[in-house]
Amino acid sequence: MNSELTGVLAIFLISLLLAIPLGRYVARVYLGEHTLLDPVMGPVERLFFRLSRIDGRREMSWQEHLKAMLGINFVWLLFTMFILMNMAWLPLNPDGNPSMAPDLAFNTAISFVVNCNLQHYSGESGLSYLGQLWLMFLHFVSAATGMAAAAMVFNALRLRQTAGLGNFWDYFIKSTTRILLPVSVLIAIVFVFRGMPMTFEGKDTLVTLRGDTVQVSRGPVASFAAIKHLGTNGGGFYGANSAHPLENPDYITNAVELIAQFLIPLAMVFGLGYYLRRRKLAMMIFGVMTVGFLLLVIPNMVFEIQGNPAIGAMDVDQSLGAMEGKEIRNSAASSAYWSILTTVISTGSVNAMHDSTMPLSGMNELLAMMVNAFFGGCGVGILNFYIFVIIAVFIAGLMVGRTPEFMGKKVEAREVKIAMFTALLSPLLIMGGTALAAWTFVHDPALPWLNNPGFHGFSEMLYEFTSANANNGSGFEGLGDNNPFWNISTGIVLLLGRFIPIIGPMAIAGLLAGKKYIPEGAGTLKTDTLTFGIMIFSVIVIITALSYFPALVLGPLAEYFSM
Amino acid sequence: MQTHILPSFKMTALLLALCSGIYTVLVWGVAQLAPNQGKGVVIEQNGKTWYANIGQTFDDDRYFWSRPSAVNYNAAGSAGSNKGPSNPDYLALVQARLDTFLAHHPGVSRNQVPADMLTASGSGLDPDISPRAAHIQVARVARVRNLPETRVRELVEQYVQGPVLGIFGPSKVNVLKLNLGLDQLK
Repeated sequence: MNSELTGVLAIFLISLLLAIPLGRYVARVYLGEHTLLDPVMGPVERLFFRLSRIDGRREMSWQEHLKAMLGINFVWLLFTMFILMNMAWLPLNPDGNPSMAPDLAFNTAISFVVNCNLQHYSGESGLSYLGQLWLMFLHFVSAATGMAAAAMVFNALRLRQTAGLGNFWDYFIKSTTRILLPVSVLIAIVFVFRGMPMTFEGKDTLVTLRGDTVQVSRGPVASFAAIKHLGTNGGGFYGANSAHPLENPDYITNAVELIAQFLIPLAMVFGLGYYLRRRKLAMMIFGVMTVGFLLLVIPNMVFEIQGNPAIGAMDVDQSLGAMEGKEIRNSAASSAYWSILTTVISTGSVNAMHDSTMPLSGMNELLAMMVNAFFGGCGVGILNFYIFVIIAVFIAGLMVGRTPEFMGKKVEAREVKIAMFTALLSPLLIMGGTALAAWTFVHDPALPWLNNPGFHGFSEMLYEFTSANANNGSGFEGLGDNNPFWNISTGIVLLLGRFIPIIGPMAIAGLLAGKKYIPEGAGTLKTDTLTFGIMIFSVIVIITALSYFPALVLGPLAEYFSM
Repeated sequence: MQTHILPSFKMTALLLALCSGIYTVLVWGVAQLAPNQGKGVVIEQNGKTWYANIGQTFDDDRYFWSRPSAVNYNAAGSAGSNKGPSNPDYLALVQARLDTFLAHHPGVSRNQVPADMLTASGSGLDPDISPRAAHIQVARVARVRNLPETRVRELVEQYVQGPVLGIFGPSKVNVLKLNLGLDQLK
């Protein structure tokens, strides 16, 4: 058991150590400074810009950033729908898997374009290799979209008055060529040597030692699993995601996948410090996020290592922890750590089934997604956090009776309204969606939705909408979700839950950047202090508690107290 | 908006060639140097081939048992049971697995039965069991195969894979490898 804890601790520390230099590198990339990959990637980028006739150097306003981003996302959505609905006859389909039905294709297309990767299908039987390769392309570009939006906000936070906020295409391409692609290559190489498949051959059929005939699904897994984690996408090649022994063969791949998904969210925080040359501000943000993360992850590790009390009541040996839905090679400790890392960050990959975690572990997984700003997804995590910063600045301003300021800019009614709208959209989508689902189910209990009765069944529905809104993609997978109700409702939530929380911060940052810069004075609210960190943390806790407590009582808390 | 759509198409095609094309071919090329050319790690014995990382059903008394599985170890798919911790049907199933285990292992008491023998894994394909789960089955396997218990226990010890570098992560036993080793014991 102790080696399981040292394993998790080592994984956490390695993540931090690698993210600091990566953060500095990310800042240099977005500042346009000279970096190591210039000779390799510079010509590629220039070629891409020339062929697509895009000017990657023109300064864009925040509205232009938005138009470019939404335009290309729309193109991806159309392409994805087409490919998913025509896989059966398109090439690279050795297993003869079928095309997707329109409602499933709608859900899957949105889900992968928005970096969520909610999956209402299983990769083994639901996708051709062409489909997988296309989704892998979306792994890259959806992550790069979030990072480009964050880069624009970084640019807007620099201390000056301007309308030109860098170039969307420049940030977007460089996120792919300078950060995501090279690091993915390194990770994928580790994976192939640890036994992860990387082949275009179809299913293998074999006879087991006992004499059963079974099949083994293979495919180009290693390249997929690398960017799936680095880009905090999380959509699995296989149905069981990283619990599958070919998508996560041993403890080393498990560690690499855990580190890979943490890297960019951490690097964006450190990168902000280097980019703005405000290390203290970055440390304050890092501190708040880390405290939130640890408050969620430590209880989960305790619950999962202790095991299921209902099974403990049978007087069996539970020293391994709660093993339902977990793999021996990953251990309960690393699976508990993963369950929170993947939910605070919007990865949504799993190495154990969340549906079978303990009630309060499930609650923490939900809370991690409800907040969605303790590190958060590739780029978008820091944007979500920015919203809480604006609200905290506003409340702090009210408390001291001054017009609130952030980074030398006055935060006025319009920005605060946008921030509040963005922050309150999440509870509306999650609660509204869950209420609609619960109402539908109560009126037709014969619907084949829930895999578990009672409070846990309610949690399955709550989890699905929470995951969709947070663009997370993990699930209480017992939920029977491949039907029009879930495909369409979560598809809509996915779209709103992705783009409003990107547009909101971009708009606020753009508006603030256009305002006059006021130098710091004696009365300026200091935003890089411990006090302000506590202020932000309190705002997050209060908004989350007020929004979600009743639903959590009906689901995981009720289950916990009834056990 | 129109000014964005056509360039977006072109940029999409170029990035597709880079991210799904060149990247995939590069990793695939490297995989040709990896074990079994990236087609999955296999074990060959007696002219037969099996996947080392994919578990198999073993519920015969002659072999070490693997963990329960929600997909019967058919890797055409993969899934956990997704049963919640308080689900009464699920708890009844765990109780039934415990009763079966105890019936096949006379002399073993409840509090010696490790949880991994009673619970289904996340993938349904878990190739491993815990060292405790292997040791608890030694007496039965030795009895059915007419082997001295000490030899079977030594075999188990031989197949225990410890933590990475001795300090990181859990210990485990690959059930297929252990059972193949068992078949070669004479």
